[in-house]
Amino acid sequence: MTERRYTKTHEWITVDGKTATVGITDFAQAQLGDVVFLDLPKPGRKVNRGEAFGVIESVKAASDLYAPVTGAVAAVNDRLSSNPELVNSDPYGEGWIMKVELSGEAPSDLMDEAEYKKAAEASSH
Amino acid sequence: MVDFGGWELPQQYTSIRDEHLAVRKVAGLFDISHMGRLDVAGEAAEQFLQHVLTNDVASVEPGHAQYNLMCLENGGVVDDLVIYRRAASDFLVVVNASNREKDVAWLRGHLPSGVTLTDRTLEVALIAFQGPRAAELLPKGSSATDAIPYFGFAPGQVAGVAALISRTGYTGEDGFELFVDAARIGEVWDAILQHGRGSGVLPAGLGARDATRLEAALRLYGNDMDETVNPYEAGLGWTVKLDKGDFVGREALVKVKEEGPKRRLVGLRLQPGSIPRHGASVASGGKQVGAVTSGTHSFFLGYPLALALVEGPSFPVGETLAVDVRGREAPAEVVKLPFYRGSARHN
Repeated sequence: MTERRYTKTHEWITVDGKTATVGITDFAQAQLGDVVFLDLPKPGRKVNRGEAFGVIESVKAASDLYAPVTGAVAAVNDRLSSNPELVNSDPYGEGWIMKVELSGEAPSDLMDEAEYKKAAEASSH
Repeated sequence: MVDFGGWELPQQYTSIRDEHLAVRKVAGLFDISHMGRLDVAGEAAEQFLQHVLTNDVASVEPGHAQYNLMCLENGGVVDDLVIYRRAASDFLVVVNASNREKDVAWLRGHLPSGVTLTDRTLEVALIAFQGPRAAELLPKGSSATDAIPYFGFAPGQVAGVAALISRTGYTGEDGFELFVDAARIGEVWDAILQHGRGSGVLPAGLGARDATRLEAALRLYGNDMDETVNPYEAGLGWTVKLDKGDFVGREALVKVKEEGPKRRLVGLRLQPGSIPRHGASVASGGKQVGAVTSGTHSFFLGYPLALALVEGPSFPVGETLAVDVRGREAPAEVVKLPFYRGSARHN
C-alpha cells in the first residue's frame, strides 16, 4: 500500500495494486463538523478524477465529494449509512468512504502530507 | 468561529452533537453576551413599551419577564425580544444581536420625554445555563432558585458573584439566563463548568443553540421572521394583544387577524438523510407553496426537521409536502409544534 496522498479539495487516497481507497481528510472533517449523512455512488459506477461523486452533509452544510482518481467504484463503506460519525472520529481508518478500481495509473501529482498540511493551513486563514 | 451580528462566536466547542445532547440530558452553558441589553426607565416607561410592543406590558409584575414583538406600522416584525420588569418604572430589554443598532434607533425614534434608554450591552455579560439538571448543578455560592418561576427572575449570586438570575432560555429546557458584570463573567463561567464537568455539563456553541431552539420551535429572527413577516404568519399571534389599547402596528394587525394570515409557519419532519436548509423551496401537489425558514438534522430526535413559511390555508398535521433537498423532492410530513417539549416549567 502506498503512502496517503491528498487533493486540494481535501480528499485522501491510498493505493494498493489497482485499488484506491478514498476518504476525506482530518482537516475537512473538522471544518465540516458532525457528519450526519453521505450520499454515495453504487458499486460499478464510473467516477472521473476531479468530478463530484457524492455529497457529504454535516449539520452545518452539504458539500460535494470529488474523485481524486478515475475508475469504477469497487465498494463503498456501508457502515457510514448508520454511523456517519466515523468520518469525524476516524477519517483515515474506519471512516474511509469508497474503493475505486483504477482505470489507469494512480495520479502522481497529488500532495504528500507535508504539502497538504501547508495548503490546509493556508486555506484556514 | 463564525461572525454573528458582528460578534465572533463558536459554532461548537467540541461537537455540535455532544453539546446538543448535553443540553437535553444534563445541561449546557452558552455564552450569549452578543444579545443586546437595554435599560428602559422613567415614569412613562410602561406606557412607552406598551406603545412600541405587541404584548401587554402592563400585565407584567416586577420580577417577571415577557416575550414580546416590536412591529412596524405595517405589522412586519422589527424584532422579537424579552422584557424584564425590575420595578414599576424600570425595565431591562433583551434584543437580538443582529438588530441591536436598528432597535435602539427605532426605540429612540419613539422615545417620549421622561423615559431614558441606555445600551448596557458591553457592561453586562449574559450566559445561559440550560438543561433538565441546570437548577441542581449550579455551583457552590449560588442563591436558591426554587422560588423563581418560569419567566421570573431575581437578583442573587452565582458562584459568589452578583448576578441577575432569570428562569428563561431559548432551548425549551429548564435553566437560567445569568446577567453578570462583564468584568466577573469569567469566574462564573469557569465555576459552572468546573462544578458540572463530572455530571456531563458542556460549554455549548451556536450549533447546539440553533438545534435546541428549533426542536422547541422557538423562532429565529432573520430566518423564521423579519420585517416582511407579521406575527400571525410567524405563529406568534398569542403575543399580540389587540385589546390593550393602541400600539405601533395595531391597525395593520387587526386587519391581518380579521382576514386571516396569507402564510403560516409550519413544522416539517423529514426522512433521515434529507436535511432541509434555509431557503429550500416547499411544494404541495407539484406547486411551490413556500420555503424552509430553518432546518437541521436533530441528533436528539434522530431525524431532520424544519420550520417553513407556506402560503394558503394551514396544512393539516399529517399532510405530506415536498422539500427541495439538493435538487430532488424529499417528502416532509407536517407535524405539530414544538417538535420537542423540554423540561421548562410552563405555568
